[in-house]
Amino acid sequence: MTAAAAATSPHAWLQAQARWNRTEIAFWLATLLPFWLFPDYLVLASQIAITALFALSLDLILGYAGIVSLGHAAFFGLGAYTAGLAAKYGWGEPLTGLMLGALAAGIVGYAASFIIARFRHLALIMITLGMGLLLAELANSLHWLTGGTDGLQGVKMWPIFNKFRFDLYGTTAYSYSLIVLFLCFLVARRIINSPFGLSLRGIRENPLRMPALGASSRAHLRKIYTISAVLAGIAGALLAQTTETVSLEVLGFQRSADVLVILILGGAGRLYGGLVGAIIFMVARDQFSGNTPQFWYFWIGALLIAVVMFLPNGILGGLAKLSSAWRSRA
Amino acid sequence: MRKALVAAAIFAALGSGTASAQGTIKIGIILPYSGQFADGAAQMDNAIKLYVQQNGDTVAGKKLEFIRKDTGGIAPDVAKRLAQELIVRDKVDILAGFLLTPNALSAGDVSAEAKKFMVVMNAATSIITTKSPYMVRTSLTTPQVNASLGTWAYKNGIRKAYTMHSDYGPGIDAEGAFSKAFKEAGGEIIGTVKMAVANPDFSAYVQRAKDLNPESIYVFVPGGAQPAAFGKALAERGIDPQKIKVMGQGEITDDSALKSMGDGALGIITAFHYDPNHQSAMNKKFVADFNAAYGRNPDFFSMGGWDGMHAIYAVLKKTNGDADGEKLISAVKGMAWESPRGPISIDPETRDIIQTVYIRRVEKAGGKLVNVEFDKVENVKDPVKAAMKK
Repeated sequence: MTAAAAATSPHAWLQAQARWNRTEIAFWLATLLPFWLFPDYLVLASQIAITALFALSLDLILGYAGIVSLGHAAFFGLGAYTAGLAAKYGWGEPLTGLMLGALAAGIVGYAASFIIARFRHLALIMITLGMGLLLAELANSLHWLTGGTDGLQGVKMWPIFNKFRFDLYGTTAYSYSLIVLFLCFLVARRIINSPFGLSLRGIRENPLRMPALGASSRAHLRKIYTISAVLAGIAGALLAQTTETVSLEVLGFQRSADVLVILILGGAGRLYGGLVGAIIFMVARDQFSGNTPQFWYFWIGALLIAVVMFLPNGILGGLAKLSSAWRSRA
Repeated sequence: MRKALVAAAIFAALGSGTASAQGTIKIGIILPYSGQFADGAAQMDNAIKLYVQQNGDTVAGKKLEFIRKDTGGIAPDVAKRLAQELIVRDKVDILAGFLLTPNALSAGDVSAEAKKFMVVMNAATSIITTKSPYMVRTSLTTPQVNASLGTWAYKNGIRKAYTMHSDYGPGIDAEGAFSKAFKEAGGEIIGTVKMAVANPDFSAYVQRAKDLNPESIYVFVPGGAQPAAFGKALAERGIDPQKIKVMGQGEITDDSALKSMGDGALGIITAFHYDPNHQSAMNKKFVADFNAAYGRNPDFFSMGGWDGMHAIYAVLKKTNGDADGEKLISAVKGMAWESPRGPISIDPETRDIIQTVYIRRVEKAGGKLVNVEFDKVENVKDPVKAAMKK
């Protein structure tokens, strides 16, 4: 990852960044392993992939553009409810449902971005938190539409391409979520390794200097916030479709907080941080909650404290540091 | 490579599923063991454990094996996944537990698809049992209790009521069932107020009710901390339940609520299917055993768990240990038994519970506030599903 740090021109640097290295290829090949090694865990794997996509969407704004959000579940929930409602009222086609979810989240994300781009830090946390709570309460009060606390009932998905039913083993759910995750990841990767992505990092480091250099930071922030909302909406729609249920919790504060924890665990601003964080968080929850259900959050808390104290850039940041130390010694 | 190794190592750490052994029946219990509903889950789980302890873990020659899974609160996506995993990975024969409606609804889909027997031990929204033809409920339905209260109120001379309820699913259902039954009997609802679910300060709402000076007030708030806050608001605003009748579903005066409400609760009338203070030899023994094992009174969560276990044991005996979903559900239809809460049975048509709804009043007995049963409505079916059929 740091191999081309010494490159001369920004273009050459970006190109070097955009090249696929062996670790990345191995990572994506490894995501296929559950099909053969753990066929009983495909449902969990599909929810990991969905959470990973959600974390990736947060990474785009938090890790790259420095927009702190405690209400990102708003877009996740919008996508979930849109896809769920479409399926409930007679349009159960998954792919178009996914796009509807993305569209709804995108529109609201675009509208919200005008406020978001004006603030930073603590103010942002409060604004995003407030927007998330408002949306959750709205969904609760629109009982006739959303089913309120009982959750949205009657979501029936059609098979993908009229062929692949969502089965009990989760084979379809995982294949579908994984492909969508990969495609979204490619988009995110392309964005990050573009001049636009580079200027986002510039804004993150110094929001005043970028306009001085001729790059309008608010327009950039609005763009990436909208893109992030779209990705979060897709993740939400995926969850609604693969589980055929939507509850108020998709909009809940807990989900916004969890995804932040996931991203910080894995390492923000590293694309793979959210993915690795999602794997660790979800697997830990599954394992701990099997043994001592009452206390699983204790272990997640302990892990989070340890990571933040000893690996300030997350688990991936720690690994990257280790490997560069290893290389400089060799 | 590193990331690949990490991922592979994590997946390897998961281990693989266990094969189903001969002569055992596996029961998967899905409950919110952590989070804000953990206390209810513990009460239910303790009753399940107590039942197994007293009746042995072998039924019809088969050993029962329990696998417990935590949803961490309201999480239908998690509940559905856990149900799927329990069936495909752990090969369970029976799904049980289910404290919360959204979780029960989403797991119902899995039960229907996998044709597995499912026992809902608490979640109380009417429609839940329509989700799977293999599902039975051993707790209560919200309309069952509240409609009974509405009809009872009119029969006992109450003509006008003001209703107050938390603005969320169960509150809307409960108030709807009460109002409908009360109006059908001939009563009049003089006003309704929806209260924010997350707002335990009721003084403004209670003041509004007091200004109207109604003959009676019907109230629904979620169990836990809110009943106490409501009781406090009643006392502060000077509403005396002995003069203006205050009615509601049983949770508002359960053990823990009464403890913090104090004497302001005296006179509140509630309708419910179970209270540890129910007078019967069977219940006395149940409460004593529960106290001996866990040091506290059982509650309605415990009751649902207890009878759910009874249903599982009884059907397995009837099918001679055959855990096929089809056979179990046809065995449970119409089954009737004596429970610590009184006589109960399973409606053969809806697979829902038929039971006695008790009308209770908060009174002081031996220096302690208790719910004293002074009237009852027998053989109550779920009114919503009965109306759906018409």
